[in-house]
Amino acid sequence: MELLLSVSIGVLVASGVYLVLRARTYPVLLGVTLLSYAVNLYLFASGRLTVASAPLIDQPLATYPDPLPQALVLTAIVIGFGMTAVLVVLALRAVVETGSDHVDGEQQ
Amino acid sequence: MLLAVTVLLPLLGAALPALLARWVRLDPARVAAALTTVSLAIVLSRAGVVIDGPPLVQSMPWIPQIGLSFSFRLDGFALLFALLILFIGLLVIVYARYYLGPREPKERFYGFLLLFMGSMLGVVMAENLLLMAMFWELTSLSSFLLIGFWRHQPEARQGARLALLVTGAGGFALLAAVVLIGHIVGSLELSAVLAAGDRIKSHALYELVLALVLLAAFTKSAQFPFHFWLPHAMTAPTPVSAYLHSATMVKAGLFLIGRLFPALAGTEIWFFVVSGVGLTTQLVAAYIALFKHDLKGLLAYSTVSHLGLVTMLFGLGTPLGEIAAVFHIINHAVFKASLFMAAGIVDHETGTRDMRQLSGLFRYMPQTAILATVAASAMAGVPLLNGFLSKEMYFAETLQVEWLGSWYWVLPVAATLAGIFTVAYSARFVHNVFFGRPPLGLDRTPHEPPVWMKVPVAMLVALCLLVGLLPGLTVDPLLRAAAGAVLGGDLPDYDIKLWHGFNLPLLMSAIALAGGAAVYGVRRYLFDLHGYEPRRFGGKMATEWVIARTIDLARAVVSRLESGSLQRYMLLLLVSALALGAHGLAGTPLDGGARQLPADALAVTVAFLGCAAAVATAALHRERLTAVIAIGVVGLVVTLAFVRFSAPDLALTQILVELATIILLLLWMYFIPARGPAEPERGRHVRDVAVAVVAGVGACALTFASLTRPFSSLSGYYLDKAKSEGGGYNVVNVILVDFRGFDTLGEITVLGIAAVGILAMLRNLAPRAPGLDWEGRPWAADRYPAMLAVVARPLLPLALLVCAYLFLRGHNAPGGGFIAGLVAGTAIVVQYIAHGSAWTRERLNSGFQWLIALGLLIAIATGVASWAFDAPFLTSTFGYLTWPLVGKFEVASALAFDLGVFLVVVGTVLVILASLGELSAGPRGPLPARRTEGG
Repeated sequence: MELLLSVSIGVLVASGVYLVLRARTYPVLLGVTLLSYAVNLYLFASGRLTVASAPLIDQPLATYPDPLPQALVLTAIVIGFGMTAVLVVLALRAVVETGSDHVDGEQQ
Repeated sequence: MLLAVTVLLPLLGAALPALLARWVRLDPARVAAALTTVSLAIVLSRAGVVIDGPPLVQSMPWIPQIGLSFSFRLDGFALLFALLILFIGLLVIVYARYYLGPREPKERFYGFLLLFMGSMLGVVMAENLLLMAMFWELTSLSSFLLIGFWRHQPEARQGARLALLVTGAGGFALLAAVVLIGHIVGSLELSAVLAAGDRIKSHALYELVLALVLLAAFTKSAQFPFHFWLPHAMTAPTPVSAYLHSATMVKAGLFLIGRLFPALAGTEIWFFVVSGVGLTTQLVAAYIALFKHDLKGLLAYSTVSHLGLVTMLFGLGTPLGEIAAVFHIINHAVFKASLFMAAGIVDHETGTRDMRQLSGLFRYMPQTAILATVAASAMAGVPLLNGFLSKEMYFAETLQVEWLGSWYWVLPVAATLAGIFTVAYSARFVHNVFFGRPPLGLDRTPHEPPVWMKVPVAMLVALCLLVGLLPGLTVDPLLRAAAGAVLGGDLPDYDIKLWHGFNLPLLMSAIALAGGAAVYGVRRYLFDLHGYEPRRFGGKMATEWVIARTIDLARAVVSRLESGSLQRYMLLLLVSALALGAHGLAGTPLDGGARQLPADALAVTVAFLGCAAAVATAALHRERLTAVIAIGVVGLVVTLAFVRFSAPDLALTQILVELATIILLLLWMYFIPARGPAEPERGRHVRDVAVAVVAGVGACALTFASLTRPFSSLSGYYLDKAKSEGGGYNVVNVILVDFRGFDTLGEITVLGIAAVGILAMLRNLAPRAPGLDWEGRPWAADRYPAMLAVVARPLLPLALLVCAYLFLRGHNAPGGGFIAGLVAGTAIVVQYIAHGSAWTRERLNSGFQWLIALGLLIAIATGVASWAFDAPFLTSTFGYLTWPLVGKFEVASALAFDLGVFLVVVGTVLVILASLGELSAGPRGPLPARRTEGG
């Protein structure tokens, strides 16, 4: 399972890196989103993987998952949405100001 | 701390001339003179003690960790220099008051002068070597200010920069040398260093230390090949030249050589380097001085030559040589300062310093002429004057050298040759300026200067005579004390007197005088032969060439790296990160050996789906709608991963954020072409794929390596205390709103800032959406589908009910402020989608930013409330209430905090999505052309 997750994170990072190297704001933003997924998964997994459980202590369970990375990743997901929104508006503004959606503000 | 006061008085008093001139209209010269007099009085009051007794050392700890102490020392050598600095400083202050024009900023001049005086005193009186290096830097800086005093002149600025560059570089060398000496000796106090001479000289680093110290000394004292800065520093006002470039700053290098003499001198390499450089400097500069037409240029090269003479004497390493060196330091300071002042008078009264123009001034200013003649004779080494005595000693010492074997005659011959040129340029200074035909083309008739410009010159010239006639009565006690301090032991028997009988040194003096007169006599042919000006290449040009090339190099590097292309920056950033990561992790075993969970077919299938969707997003990014769908699939798979790995809160959050993100992307897509343009460069595409693959492999390896390594976590603490201290079963939520509530407060603040930033960026923004889709069809006129509108209306109360439920149970089961906020936000956004913003705005007030403010205030108020119970910020408490129908219900103060979180999240989602949605209600049509007005 660890290997599976690692490979998945690797694929997410590779796709994300390819996209952030594009010239247009739209693929760059998709790339940032993919990279956020990868980072969130990595942070989450740093508490190690646990199946068939939950960080709810009203039922006695043999093992609980690590709640701390979960709390950190939860806020990261929400803030990630805020960041994406800021980038979208920034890109929109850039199109209006420069007449182009190229990241360097160039006309194609 | 009397010694510290001596140094600090001028240093800290540097601001006083300006302040007092402004407040009480006090003459800045008087203020500077008063401060100098007090320091001089203090030094004089200690002079008797120091001349007869051991050195005076006063010490205070400063930063003992690096060996820096605030300690000062007054021994004979320091006393000599302190007296020169203060006495000549006082004369220069008087002289400058009449030299500077009425409109020149005198308070600035005297401020800089005091700053320099204090720094210079610090150099000569520091007991701690690090402290000395600090003051050394300060002399470089303050001399920069003084040389560039006439800052409107480009030559003055260039000269100042050149001096700072050369002497500042020497300062670095000194600092390095001091650090090494501290390493060898184990202390930076001079007393310890001077006593450890043998240890330093036998140490493996001796040559390096010596090289660094000499680099510092030679740059400061303008020794060949670093002499070139001094002539260019002649752009300074003449009082500055009289002070810095004859008596004080350029002597700092000699001071350093003398100061560290017991610690470093006496080796073969010392002899060859120090006396070799000294001799070369002396000869070259004396030769050049003769051909300078500028009065101050002549004096500058003459100074360089005399400094070379002293350096060479230090290099000889014999006790009598050191005595002669110290003696010549005194004599040179006295006659050269008076000569500079005389040159200043000539410049002041005639308006020129060019000796091709000046002539026959004796008839206009006989007193000045007589003073200058006596001083120049002292410089030439005419008997009955002080310069003669030290020069005799110098000639005598060159005959005693043992190091050179059968080449013993080189030094005396070279010294006599330099003496001949010295006499020749001294004769030129006097004869060319004051005698002969009347001056040509002056725009005014010269006359004697104000009497107070002559008094300082007269006092110095009187000293030349007194020392020359009665050396035993005047200079001898100070000389003995100073030379004793340099040698660090008993002095040999010696006797300074005028007449030693007919001997070789006397013959050398006679040859120098006669030869010099002869050379001056045939100067016209020499001038023609020399064709001196203009010089094509020199140290100044070399320095400026180095500066220019350095700037070019920096520009080239910057323009290669900083091309202005964000795309390129991103590539550089990623490649550097990969290189650094690979470098740091190379050689680490991949599998850490911890137990792994078995993978099952379902997990493999879902993971494959997610990976395929991610690759599809990348591959199909130009088909923008398809890419949105693909990235949605990735988000769903991530959600499933959270479900599978026991993180229900994360799964809920992720799926809701996914929803909001997709809406966001669709709103954006409304304004941009649905199909991205093709990218022209194939090479870039291949390169980026390569970078991406390397990054992916790296991330995969990193994740696997960390997941298979042993692990310990803080989680046990949270799992134990969540119920007993936080009052909740859902540990994730308890951590968010209780244990780490302060973090969460920060995070919702960031969300609020993002929302406000978006509002600000959207202000006055009117993007135009394309009127047609990518196949040229107009958009559907039916904007709000009826089916959705019908379903959406009853959905809202249901969604809000679910939201309340998720919110209230959050402390004990998956849910809480973040999740409930996302649910509520999405539910309201659905109304916008279904009915349009105009319809929704009629029914729902849009100032969603106020929700954010309210939420933040509630969260902060919850935290502040705990102060009322004498608990730290954000301390939580909880209790139980029994609600009718519902039953026993837990109420934690963290719930109020969570309410704040909830409001901020709702506000943020709505601000973002609703305000973007409002934009899409604007006009359609092609994008306007690039705006021409500023924006």
